Amino acid sequence: MMAQNEMNATLEKQMVPAEDNLVVVRNLKKYFPIKRGVLQRTVGHVQAVDNVSFTVKRGETLGLVGESGCGKSTTGKAILQLDRPTAGEVIIDGVDLVHLKGEKLRQMRRKMQIIFQDPFASLNPRMNVGQIVGEPLDVHGVARGKEKEERVKELLKVVGLNPQFVTRFPHEFSGGQRQRIGIARAIALNPSFVVCDEPIAALDVSIQAQVVNLLKDLQGKFGLTYLFIAHDLSMVRHISDRVAVMYLGRIVEIADWQAIYDDPRHPYSQALLSAIPIPDPVIEAKRKRIILEGDVPSAANPPKGCRFNTRCPVRQERCFIDDPQLREVMPGHWAACHFA
Amino acid sequence: MQQQPLLEVKNLKTRFKITGAYVHAVNGISYSLNEGDSLGVVGESGCGKSVGVMSVMRLIPQPPGEIYEGEVLYDGRDLLKLSSEEMRHIRGKEIAMIFQDPMTSLNPVMRIGRQITEALELHMGMDKKQARDRAAELLTMVGIPRAADRLEDYPHQFSGGMRQRVMIAMALSCMPQVLIADEPTTALDVTIQAQIVDLVKKLRDELGMAVIWITHDLGVVARLVKNVAVMYAGFIIERSPVEDLYVHPSHPYTLGLLGSLPRLDSHERERLISIQGAPPDLVDVPQGCPFRPRCPYAIERCVEENPPLLPVSITHESACWVDVTTGRPR
Ligand SMILES: Nc1ncnc2c1ncn2[C@@H]1O[C@H](COP(=O)(O)OP(=O)(O)O)[C@@H](O)[C@H]1O
Ligand SMILES: Nc1ncnc2c1ncn2[C@@H]1O[C@H](COP(=O)(O)OP(=O)(O)O)[C@@H](O)[C@H]1O
Ligand code: SF4
Ligand code: SF4
Ligand SMILES: [Mg+2]
Ligand SMILES: [Mg+2]
Repeated sequence: MMAQNEMNATLEKQMVPAEDNLVVVRNLKKYFPIKRGVLQRTVGHVQAVDNVSFTVKRGETLGLVGESGCGKSTTGKAILQLDRPTAGEVIIDGVDLVHLKGEKLRQMRRKMQIIFQDPFASLNPRMNVGQIVGEPLDVHGVARGKEKEERVKELLKVVGLNPQFVTRFPHEFSGGQRQRIGIARAIALNPSFVVCDEPIAALDVSIQAQVVNLLKDLQGKFGLTYLFIAHDLSMVRHISDRVAVMYLGRIVEIADWQAIYDDPRHPYSQALLSAIPIPDPVIEAKRKRIILEGDVPSAANPPKGCRFNTRCPVRQERCFIDDPQLREVMPGHWAACHFA
Repeated sequence: MQQQPLLEVKNLKTRFKITGAYVHAVNGISYSLNEGDSLGVVGESGCGKSVGVMSVMRLIPQPPGEIYEGEVLYDGRDLLKLSSEEMRHIRGKEIAMIFQDPMTSLNPVMRIGRQITEALELHMGMDKKQARDRAAELLTMVGIPRAADRLEDYPHQFSGGMRQRVMIAMALSCMPQVLIADEPTTALDVTIQAQIVDLVKKLRDELGMAVIWITHDLGVVARLVKNVAVMYAGFIIERSPVEDLYVHPSHPYTLGLLGSLPRLDSHERERLISIQGAPPDLVDVPQGCPFRPRCPYAIERCVEENPPLLPVSITHESACWVDVTTGRPR
């Protein structure tokens, strides 16, 4: 085990000067109790997010990838305080959110928004588009009446929808259009930070590109900072400045979008990259594939030592004893493997 | 002359009757498959990929469904004309199918071992002991650890990836000539997807069966198959050997699909070329070329006439009036 002070020292080094960072996450944990029996006694915990630390610079996109259940959504929700963290710090624009309550938290909420995967489930079917997009403006008392109407129409234009659509209902729209409605709503209050939680996973390929292009345009226009969550590493590389790879509640590697493909250091990142097909048969025929054995272990009972040791093709004895911490293997490139 | 193909689908058309109208799901698709061949069928959701192969397997609910034109020749016989009894035999033994959701083929309340031995006893005439040994062998072959000990387990005791393997073992139990895989890895994580694709590839090479692999993922196809058919609005709009499709995409829709995909290995981040609009409603397939409302290459002719598959080279066909390399009529 790495000593706590040593770990903090490496973490500090990972944090660039404070004013550059819009978001600072330190030792974030989110454990869910597992309850059993009639008395619903807690018999254990799902360690959904366990000691995650990273920063996001202003105007930057940090991509968060990993397979289903590794803790991506939980991380996003814990940062936004939609699900209160078990431990750790989340500092946005210099304010620690974890202990913030009431009006102060409500004020901070204006600055941070989330876009969900499922545009079908995340929009209230009984509200029309004008009400859906205008709701945050109401809730925060930002605009009302004629002014609100104008602002809503403006927002629809910005996301590429016809402003005449205000009186229509979600079921009248396609998946891609519904995602645009969700995006219009998310940017209604001029947020600085947006968590995009698999915003394109439910969409067809040709529509995915439309939505990704829109997210990029909006970032350029409004200086947005994104945490872009996805399981599709090709798309994450396309949109992100830096990429963090998660496995079983931990970040195992963080690197610049180029380095994560050119020089992945963690054996899990290497396997993940090799598993993703490239739409080019000539290149595919030449690529070396690392096929991992078995499935991801349960987050209720993660392996001792390195959490990847049950599947790692290059594990050593030490991996069953020592839990590797993130360390800087190259400037700006962090990996949590003893041999990275 | 060429040998007679193992499976030949000719001008297949399937529709569904809904109140006052038809959903035109499959609008005259043709392809053929030789022994040991592999065909990828690619297209976005709702374009008729599943209905196309379910029609081949005669698994379309009738009504509301209706296969109203075409032939499906297997070993020289038209499957569309067989009795249900004869068709059951084909499905058990000659052509097998695996699905996105393994629970469509697995019985949740029956032990895994029994589910496999049942087919072996019925179609392969094995006795109980032989069937059990073979079941364990099949599960081992698809990579289930300690297979013999798991015959008594129920489907819910397996993980998603392992269940997919069990379904594959079942599909392979009678050594089919053709395996049809309908998006079997879509719901799985990429590392598990890679395991399954690898497995099917290995089994195909070892057993020499022909494979039809349906997917919306042009990447998976690049890894697995020899030939590709791209579908749009119930039509096959481009068909070619896999290498050629990526080097010389010849239909504007295929071009758009490839442009929409960022590549894992890219070092530049150009804006993605998205396709504008959305696929048509199959109740109201537009007259003329079905892709016209979204097509940046459209010319006047596209409004009236739907292009058939036209040769681009000896092995490559595209259903488009325009030569996409020049933008001029072909
Ligand atoms: N509300 C909850 N209660 C209990 N367990 C949960 C809850 N939400 C998520 N989990 C568990 O936490 C882990 C991480 O889940 P999640 O963050 O949704 O993963 P991802 O978004 O990467 O797919 C999973 O094991 C999941 O089952
Ligand atoms: N039982 C059914 N009744 C009515 N329409 C159906 C039925 N099954 C499929 N369809 C329609 O047929 C079209 C093609 O569907 P499908 O082959 O499942 O698409 P894909 O597999 O390419 O996603 C879709 O428009 C779908 O809604
Ligand atoms: S620490 Fe050991 S088990 Fe973990 S990733 Fe590195 S080599 Fe593999
Ligand atoms: S036929 Fe015309 S509309 Fe159809 S794909 Fe070709 S150019 Fe586009
Ligand atoms: Mg999630
Ligand atoms: Mg389908």
